[in-house]
Amino acid sequence: MITGYIKTPIGDIPQVETRLNSKDILGAIKVRWLIGRDNYMVKPGLYAVGNPTKDSNVFVSANYKLSFDHVRKNLAGRDAWILVLDTKGVNVWCAAGKGTFGTHELVKRIEETQLRKVVNHHRLILPQLGATGVSAHLVRQLTKSESEKGFNVVWGPIKAADIKPFLKNNYKATTEMRRVTFTMAERTKLLPVDIVYAGKKLLGAFVLIFLVSGFSQTGYSITDAWYTSLPSILYIVLAYFTGILLTPILLPYIPFRMFALKGLITGIFLFIALHLGNYMANSIYAILAWVMLLPAISSFMAMNFTGGSTFTSLSGVKKEMKIFVPIQITMAIFGLAFYIINLLR
Amino acid sequence: MIDFKYLGETVSLILNKEKCNGCGMCVKVCPHAVFEMNGSKAELTLKDYCMECGACQLNCAQNAIKVTVGNGCGCATGIIEGYFGVESECCSDSTCC
Ligand code: SF4
Ligand code: SF4
Repeated sequence: MITGYIKTPIGDIPQVETRLNSKDILGAIKVRWLIGRDNYMVKPGLYAVGNPTKDSNVFVSANYKLSFDHVRKNLAGRDAWILVLDTKGVNVWCAAGKGTFGTHELVKRIEETQLRKVVNHHRLILPQLGATGVSAHLVRQLTKSESEKGFNVVWGPIKAADIKPFLKNNYKATTEMRRVTFTMAERTKLLPVDIVYAGKKLLGAFVLIFLVSGFSQTGYSITDAWYTSLPSILYIVLAYFTGILLTPILLPYIPFRMFALKGLITGIFLFIALHLGNYMANSIYAILAWVMLLPAISSFMAMNFTGGSTFTSLSGVKKEMKIFVPIQITMAIFGLAFYIINLLR
Repeated sequence: MIDFKYLGETVSLILNKEKCNGCGMCVKVCPHAVFEMNGSKAELTLKDYCMECGACQLNCAQNAIKVTVGNGCGCATGIIEGYFGVESECCSDSTCC
């Protein structure tokens, strides 16, 4: 990644390439699956792209390597500085929400890197989503002294891919560049992370259904549990993926705005599909069990996708949880009860 | 563009027009185009699209904006983990750079 060093009054600054190599690309794929995710970072500090001078632009980024890679890749053919903040390896938006991509870290990093001696202007270009953590007017105030002007934060585009059009457009982001999107491709990219994160919940459901499946007319037996729980586990997996995979992918096409309700609907569809396909035991109790369990699981998992989305508000999520968590719990309890009754019959 | 509006009616965003000096910063930082400038004042044109990220509040030098629900992400996992006293990782890797 580092190809050389640029001489400046404060010493040598590492120069990075703008072409991503196969290791960078493989790393990006791996972190989508959370492999090595906690350690995918670059060292905070100042970096050079091309052969920047005292007049070159300063772009601010997070020390999540994926964020840094996006920025350097999109600066190909340009001379610029990249100031990397210590966000503990977290991307800009999430770090801004936590405050690590924040006013104080930026001010501290400006001082630590002695940026003033490297450039002779006071302009920093920040990704717009950093605004949740960085207050532009505070940065200016805090970096101002009697003899020095404060640094001006210029809000750049949301996506690093828009950096070049942004520069051409006289440092102005267009409305499109400023609006966060959530396309099908973007939603799909999130799914691996969600699936890996939520794996624990799935395991919990497996254990529960396995233990419960041991009940029968003759009492309780672990051997029975193995046999009866197998198809049940399959249904649970299907409901789980309906909530965590299918619902997010189809998100805007499923009616209603609440995620939990969207998941409930897809869960009901899953039940209908399984029932029509005659994949389920036809006893009334089994039907009652699954008509409750499948939508409950799907609804719960879909609700958890709110965190991955780019447009849910805290007040809204609180509201939908207030309505749907009790519904999900009730359905799960009744579903389990019918499941056991069916086994004891 | 597909309409990604969330619940709308719960949004706790307040704009105090009297304090606004028309600097336009809120328009620049909002990721959901909630604000628009109307002459020398900001206006909430797409309030229902607000996700309560707080960027506008933090960047309004006039203190004219408030998101009353407080800081936190709109994330059910985070809220549930919060009940159990776990500090949440919350948001996953969105498209941001
Ligand atoms: S940032 Fe504040 S002062 Fe500036 S236009 Fe928006 S509301 Fe008005
Ligand atoms: S809180 Fe965020 S989404 Fe809501 S208006 Fe402010 S900047 Fe826009």
